[in-house]
Amino acid sequence: MSSIEKVTPEQERGGAPGRPGAARSPGRQRGRSSGQVLEALALPVAWLVLIVVFGALRPDTFLTSGNASSILASQAVLVVVALGLIIPLTGGDYDLSVASVVSLSAMLVAILNVNRGWPIGWAIAVALLAGLLVGVVNGAVIVLLEIDSLIVTLGMSTFVSGLVLWMSGSNTVSGISEHLVNPVIVWRLAGIPFEFWYAMAVALIVWYVFRYMPVGRRLLVVGRGREVARLSGIRVGRIRWVSFAVSAVVAAFGGILYAGTSGAAGPTSGLELLLPAFAAAFLGATTIHPGRFNPWGTVIAVYFLVTGITGLQLLGAESYVQNLFYGAALVLAVVFSQIVRRRRASRAL
Amino acid sequence: MTAAPLLEARGLTKSFGGALALDGVDLTVLPGEVHGLLGENGSGKSTLIKILAGYHVPDAGTLSVAGHDVRLPLRPGEYRELGFEFVHQDLGLVPSLSVAENLFLGEIAAPSNRYFLSWSRAARRARQVFDRYGLAIDPRARTEDVRAVERALVAIVRALEGLRAEAGDQQRPTLLVLDEPTVFLPQHEVALLFDFVRGIAARGSSVLFVSHDLDEVREITDRVTVLRDGRVAGTVTTAATSPRDLVHLIIGRHLAETTPQPLTEVATTREVVLSVRNLTTRWLQDVSFDLHEGEVLGFTGLVGSGYEDLVYALYGAVRGSAGSLTLDGRHLEVGSLGPHRALAEGIALVPADRQRDGSVPTLSAAENVNMLVLDRYFSGFRLHQGDLDENARRLMTEFDVRPPRPELDYGSFSGGNQQKAMMAKWHQVRPRVLLLHEPTQGVDVGARQQIFSQVREGTAVSSTICASSDYEQLAAICDRVAVIGRGRLLGILTGADVTKDRIADFCLRTAADETVATPDTTP
Repeated sequence: MSSIEKVTPEQERGGAPGRPGAARSPGRQRGRSSGQVLEALALPVAWLVLIVVFGALRPDTFLTSGNASSILASQAVLVVVALGLIIPLTGGDYDLSVASVVSLSAMLVAILNVNRGWPIGWAIAVALLAGLLVGVVNGAVIVLLEIDSLIVTLGMSTFVSGLVLWMSGSNTVSGISEHLVNPVIVWRLAGIPFEFWYAMAVALIVWYVFRYMPVGRRLLVVGRGREVARLSGIRVGRIRWVSFAVSAVVAAFGGILYAGTSGAAGPTSGLELLLPAFAAAFLGATTIHPGRFNPWGTVIAVYFLVTGITGLQLLGAESYVQNLFYGAALVLAVVFSQIVRRRRASRAL
Repeated sequence: MTAAPLLEARGLTKSFGGALALDGVDLTVLPGEVHGLLGENGSGKSTLIKILAGYHVPDAGTLSVAGHDVRLPLRPGEYRELGFEFVHQDLGLVPSLSVAENLFLGEIAAPSNRYFLSWSRAARRARQVFDRYGLAIDPRARTEDVRAVERALVAIVRALEGLRAEAGDQQRPTLLVLDEPTVFLPQHEVALLFDFVRGIAARGSSVLFVSHDLDEVREITDRVTVLRDGRVAGTVTTAATSPRDLVHLIIGRHLAETTPQPLTEVATTREVVLSVRNLTTRWLQDVSFDLHEGEVLGFTGLVGSGYEDLVYALYGAVRGSAGSLTLDGRHLEVGSLGPHRALAEGIALVPADRQRDGSVPTLSAAENVNMLVLDRYFSGFRLHQGDLDENARRLMTEFDVRPPRPELDYGSFSGGNQQKAMMAKWHQVRPRVLLLHEPTQGVDVGARQQIFSQVREGTAVSSTICASSDYEQLAAICDRVAVIGRGRLLGILTGADVTKDRIADFCLRTAADETVATPDTTP
């Protein structure tokens, strides 16, 4: 009833002068306690354990440089999509349309380059622009009409998938120019196809923006407290809109890599990436910088998941293990981050 | 008064951690009467209500209902059996559901053997219920779309229907407790609510009307009990008591008559920094005033008067505001202002709700404090993290945020330290005009004093407007205090009149003078 709250004994205890609240958290004298460091490194360590275990069980097939480089390169598209995804996620929005944009972009490259005979450069440019268009429309509906991002991007995802089926006549288009295939999958640096290094470049850029650009910090504030951001003079709508545009362009880039990897595009080629991308994004948020979506955590999460799946398949598991793994990882990652959050909250009291 | 009292409380006493919130309070409510419970914030009104609701356990006191003694404390939910029902100011409605759904919310939520609900039948039943009360509210409308007063009426009807269902066939006396029901109502809709409340009383139910609005209490109640500092200052028959005497009961002493400074500006030798003309928002109407170099101007009023809207409107944070500003000679339209623009023009706002509007509890103190000045630390195409941390540490030390450790989560600091960090966050942009809303809400005593002096010291850079309902705080930090009533600027207190009692007196009395023509109060 009253807008003036009585001072509770608790508040008095916490903030009375000459009684620094630091006493409440004696263990955290420097930036991070050992517990926090352990938390941050749990996933990378688990990844190494997986590698050691599978390496011991199948030394001749698993522990080969061929297998390693094939794992690293084959998942580059997923890494790129997941990296694009953490941008709107950091801003507090879901983008379920990223996987369909991968399909769209790959199919555009294939149709324009193979069926229409366009030079690959133009096909790539159109694919990127198509991605941008999807992102801009997503952002417009979500920001201008104030509609929940989950619903809008879910609809957009289905719409774009339909568009791809229509464009392709439900056929796979193959025979994409070697001018794309070579710089994606054939050429290698340090024994690993270029594709992997492109994904690392995207991770580097996202990391740089999150860490060293004001807009990255603002995006985080928007995600954690829209009203706080607005009242701090941050243009919330603009930032959210841009985040959708960027995630879609990054997904379109993923689609180009996809087309280059297989030299072909299928009518539903990117769709199976959606759940793994979300699983990697949420799992990635439990490591490196726990509690925040972060690019290196996302990269590690992708490879952690793929290593597990590949290893189990080498041990003889069927392909269903993939779904089991990704599905469980998504839920467990969210559960885990909830636990972390609650513990932090209780520590604060 | 021949009938036995419906409710008779004697000597209710309750203390919280050594502080006496209620001290031997007596309250008698007669059948069929509208009884006012009046008092300032912190006078004990809500504690008393919460004892009747069985929420607080009283330290001492007795209660009898319709002549029967009742054991205290009440069991949870026992108040229903006694025939009490409560409607709080937030009404407890779900805005996105239909009126009918809200009306039968209890039924829907209760475990019952009904697996199937027919919405058309529910709407029909709701219409019958409203008919019985002489109301014409569309049961199918979304609750957030109907008028504010209709929402209040839905909540009241729901309470009354709950009482009817509880009583079954037997006729028995009931007490409806309305806890500040008018706070969120526009003035012209209050009359509707009052008509309805009178109707309830005419049917024999008693109403306990909790308020700190003198005017409303005078209009609707038969008798009124005034609480002051946890004690009963008096129980009087409303019609026989002048507003002046009621004010006397509320604040405890008579004040010498002075005419509050009317709207004509006080002669001030200092330069005008900000001129506001005809500021109009959902709550405010045609508010005009000048803010001078280096002053702290307070804005206050009763809850529901709209005074707090002022700081948000000047910052461009509420839509649909109109009016004009002149800031250091630059002309600005309020309607075209948004937080981003306001900040660029040199206006800053420290909102009241630290956890929701002011800062992000799950980010670090440094990230919160540095939110506004990221661009300052961006050069050579990168943010300089070391300098950002250093800036946060320096500000936290300067504003005495304890512990001065920028890497800790903002949410882990105490209320007072959170507020000091907010002051630091906004002060560093050195705004020409600093807007504050309840700057010491939920803050411990020591931090409160520090924030007071930070506000005073800040005037070297920023002229300050402080919207608050804490009269003591306003008296401590303000050079002048403007009082808003019913959305209008009623007057500005200056100089020796800026005292806690004088502000309270002005708020309460001008509100009453405004609409109730009572010759005995004209000075």
